[in-house]
Amino acid sequence: MSVLVFERVRAIASDILGVPAERITPDSSPESIEKWDSTQHLNLILALEDTFQLQFAPEEMDQMQSIAQITKVVESKLQSR
Amino acid sequence: MMLANDPSQLRTEIDARVAAGETEKVLLSIQELWRVERGPASAAFVVSRCEGLRAQARFLVFRIAILRAMTIEPIVPLLRAAAFTYGIDLQVHVGDFNAYAPEILDQQSSLYRFHPDVVILAVRTPDVAPDLWQEYGEMTPETVEDALQRVCASFQQWIAAFRRHSSAALVIHSMERPSLPNFGVLDGQRSTSQVAAIAQLNAEIGRLAREQMGVFILDYEGLVARQGRDRWNDPRKWLIARMPIAADQLIHLAEEWMRFVLPLTGRTAKVLVVDLDNTLWGGVIGEDGMAGIKLGSDYPGAAYQSLQRALLDLYRKGILLAVCSKNNPEDAMEAMGQHPEMVLRPEHFACLRINWNDKEQGLREIASELNLGIDSLAFLDDNPFERERVRSSVPEVMVIDLPEDPMLYAAAVRNHPALERLTLSSEDEQRTALYQKQRQRVAAEQSFQSKEDFYRFLQQRAEIAPLAAASLGRIAQLTQKTSQFNMTTHRYSDQEIADLAVQPGWRVVSIRMRDRFGDHGLVGVAITHDQGNTCEIESFLLSCRVIGRQVETALLSHLARSAAQRGMDSLSGWYLPTRKNAPAGDFYPRHGFQREEQVGENSRWRSPLGGAPLTCPDWIELTVANGENK
Repeated sequence: MSVLVFERVRAIASDILGVPAERITPDSSPESIEKWDSTQHLNLILALEDTFQLQFAPEEMDQMQSIAQITKVVESKLQSR
Repeated sequence: MMLANDPSQLRTEIDARVAAGETEKVLLSIQELWRVERGPASAAFVVSRCEGLRAQARFLVFRIAILRAMTIEPIVPLLRAAAFTYGIDLQVHVGDFNAYAPEILDQQSSLYRFHPDVVILAVRTPDVAPDLWQEYGEMTPETVEDALQRVCASFQQWIAAFRRHSSAALVIHSMERPSLPNFGVLDGQRSTSQVAAIAQLNAEIGRLAREQMGVFILDYEGLVARQGRDRWNDPRKWLIARMPIAADQLIHLAEEWMRFVLPLTGRTAKVLVVDLDNTLWGGVIGEDGMAGIKLGSDYPGAAYQSLQRALLDLYRKGILLAVCSKNNPEDAMEAMGQHPEMVLRPEHFACLRINWNDKEQGLREIASELNLGIDSLAFLDDNPFERERVRSSVPEVMVIDLPEDPMLYAAAVRNHPALERLTLSSEDEQRTALYQKQRQRVAAEQSFQSKEDFYRFLQQRAEIAPLAAASLGRIAQLTQKTSQFNMTTHRYSDQEIADLAVQPGWRVVSIRMRDRFGDHGLVGVAITHDQGNTCEIESFLLSCRVIGRQVETALLSHLARSAAQRGMDSLSGWYLPTRKNAPAGDFYPRHGFQREEQVGENSRWRSPLGGAPLTCPDWIELTVANGENK
């Protein structure tokens, strides 16, 4: 997992979910962060698309259920571009 | 001084300033963050920090409802963040999915219980006319005509119901066309093409909107085209999340909504103050001379001409133009008056400050000469250093950012929401001429011994009239924009004024002023209602153009006489102090009213109608048009 991409994902998640960046780890997920509901999940996806200039496929969105998984999907999309 | 800032550094700075309690600086940094990074992530940050500042920052609260048949929730933080950067705390109500029609039609719906100030009807062609959108190939000219009539009838019904149930503004999205017509290029060859049918639908909806007050069209089709239809749409998100718009385009819809929110809240600029060198023309007039500056119809001078055309359009919308520049006045005036390629001439500017003083002083002088608050000014300058200085020294002034490339200057001005207007009154069209006459009046005033001599010389004539259809727009506009001489600062929309005027016992009167230098137009409004034997003054306000000429006494004397004729025995009214209305503070005591009640800073005043009559000053010739509020 690239530290650089992880740090950017973490910063975006911190803004969207209103949680200090230090509290967000690779394992963070909708289960561990209370404000991470379906609306915020969509907002997070849109913020990632906007920041990295990407569009996720539905299959990719299904995989994005933790910060680590999100980072992995973003990374692979950035590489294949 | 930091010009280009790193967003993460700005976030740190904002949180440090929040912790230090530096509210005003927090807001400046938040505006800066929003300039360098506008997107879903920074929006969430801006909203959370601004919500934390509510107690200190005196945001203007404004209520917006969005009716929709798509997922709109992700746009809400973008909209609220944009509004916060203009000092507006937007309360947002999102209608239920695809429930826009019942919500508009039912007076008991959550829409009306929310008491919105503005409602956005964010529906799209596939929602209201699915046949015109995707089944066009099967349709005949007759079924197309039926479909158009059906959709127009729905809009007509919605608009009428909305007007019955609410006096809020209504903003309707126009209908977009499909990226590719159902029949491809064949569509353009047919007399009843799909593209033409949707254009016709938009023309009809526009006509319906114009029939009602306070109903406006947002050119959604134009917005999508401007941003690029194929970039705008995200068909995959539509299918999985009912979100038809691509993530990086959402901000453009939020900003388009802001073009309506700012004029509706009155947070618009009344004056645009411009720089000269490298802004109105390329180069420096003092060094390059008349022949050397870049201005004309070819590259690179064309960039400056198109900016001047954009400014001329603002002038025609009633926004005043002024110059604040560091030049030798002779050089600058020669270029403005004589250069053959200038679109703007000195007469287009209400006020000129061409000297070597700093711009802060120039801006303050312009505000004072025009008799306007400093927060009525917007500032346009190519130099980022000057812009930053104005931002930090006069934060009330709205600073417009210009891109590096002069070819993009005109678009930056045309895109700015604070320079939008939703209505145009005849006063707007003549505004600069009015201010030029004001300059002559000030010159005349200085040559008189006493105020009274000057007033007599002015030959002021006032005409008081009840509400009329022609004056309604201007009356509502005055209640929305007048901040200085305004006793209660109640703001009313066109519709609210019209509703008030037909209530029993309520009266809306206005006063027009003319003098030897010209016509001021409609400059004052009073709204009263009779309660028992008291005529209660709900609103009393005067345009800043005529403060200090005793027009207020003329209007008040009319209220007193007319109330006495209706059998009232006293006149009373509140003074509700704000940051700006000190000029109205002594109005009631100055006219013999006694303080009757004090609630915090607010005071209520009363004057009996039996004793010495309140009279109009003898230097104002007063006429009263007859008739009730009709």
